[in-house]
Amino acid sequence: MNNKKFGIREVVAMGIGTALFVVLTNVQIPIGIPNTYLQPRMAVMGFLAAIFGPVVGAVIGLVGHALGDALFYGSVWWSWVIPELFVGLAIGLFAKKYKVREGGFDVKAGVLFNVMQVIGNAVAWIIAAPVLDIVLMGEPADKVFVQGIYAFLGDIIIVGILGTILLIAYSKVSGSAGSLKKED
Amino acid sequence: MNRMISYEAKDTPVHRLSGFTKLVFFLLWCLTSALTYDTRVLLVMLVLGIVIYAVSRTEWKQVSGVLKAVMLFMVLNLAFIFIFSPYEGVKIYGSRTVLATLPGGVAVTAEQLFYEFNVMLKYFTVIPAVFIFLVTTDPSEFAASLDGVGVPYPFAYSVAIALRYIPDVQDDYRRIRDAQQARGIDMSAKAPFLERIRRVTSIIFPLLFSAMEHIEVVSNAMELRGFGKHKKRTWYARKPLKRADIAVILGTVIFAAAALVITWADGERFWNPFLTRLP
Repeated sequence: MNNKKFGIREVVAMGIGTALFVVLTNVQIPIGIPNTYLQPRMAVMGFLAAIFGPVVGAVIGLVGHALGDALFYGSVWWSWVIPELFVGLAIGLFAKKYKVREGGFDVKAGVLFNVMQVIGNAVAWIIAAPVLDIVLMGEPADKVFVQGIYAFLGDIIIVGILGTILLIAYSKVSGSAGSLKKED
Repeated sequence: MNRMISYEAKDTPVHRLSGFTKLVFFLLWCLTSALTYDTRVLLVMLVLGIVIYAVSRTEWKQVSGVLKAVMLFMVLNLAFIFIFSPYEGVKIYGSRTVLATLPGGVAVTAEQLFYEFNVMLKYFTVIPAVFIFLVTTDPSEFAASLDGVGVPYPFAYSVAIALRYIPDVQDDYRRIRDAQQARGIDMSAKAPFLERIRRVTSIIFPLLFSAMEHIEVVSNAMELRGFGKHKKRTWYARKPLKRADIAVILGTVIFAAAALVITWADGERFWNPFLTRLP
């Protein structure tokens, strides 16, 4: 194995993770508020960021959102694509501490994961996206902040529930399979 | 799920251009369209976009499904702008021409309609650029062109992997969804909130975990072939730049610069027709 901090596995994880994110673009859970959906793809991105680190998370969010928009909607809403990278960055920042693949995703790691995802989503949807909408696209401030807050709420719910469940489950599975690995 | 834009091989002047050229065009085009609110510039961009779209001989059925989705999104967005900020146009253009008053006392102003017309134009200028780029650029060439604009090659390669695996993941997704439906998990009906999450979870679990296995297999294969050994990488699918490419790149840069100069000639990004019309 090479000891480069950015290895082949990360490159592949970015690629296949992005493909997953794009395919899940259309899978949305309605929550009763018009035009607001929970996006399971955010939970998948959070999961991969927690395992493979901040760069992988940021790239999946950024490229996946841009490609998904382009392929499904024929236009790229850059002011909402760019903030996506903050979510992946924030979650992935402590990828080593979550110890998902070693089977160590416990309550403490779960709390840390959720704190980071709330911070990341807040920076992305309450600050970055509305500001970019106003500066770059010239949209009215009232509208974009309301949209931003809904997006923030939707994302922290889906990442908090689905993302955490996915990580717990995966940590259990891979932890027991890899229990013969040498400790480091 | 099926309505997605995909590449189709043809022999047109647009297809013959290098992916690098089309990427530069696409990015500059998006940037210009985002920054300008000058109606004249936007109209020129719209006409140019339609002309290039016609030259690329893109068929209507390739894009019509996606176009419907974006139309719906656009109508909703324009409605939201009006609901949340009915006087945005008045604020921007500094005048107030009331055309009608809605029940509830909200006035419909010419300024607001003109502002929202510009927002709509901005959408319409980007859409042909996205269509043209996706329909005329070979996915493997796309990765090569990302490397060309200075993206480090591991990242460019990951985009190539993404494009390669989107159809596979989509097949997996459908297979898992059908299997779960066969087991009696209904995806469509109205159900309590947590139940809805549980249903989606029953698809995402197998999908994600099989993707994790895919990642292992593919990265092992790449490691065996020595991926990442050298600092640089050559691309099988890269097209060398020809004279037409250089002409298009130069033309795009000049156009973008001119558009921005014209936009900001009067000191702001909005072109204001209401100034001259005032009595």
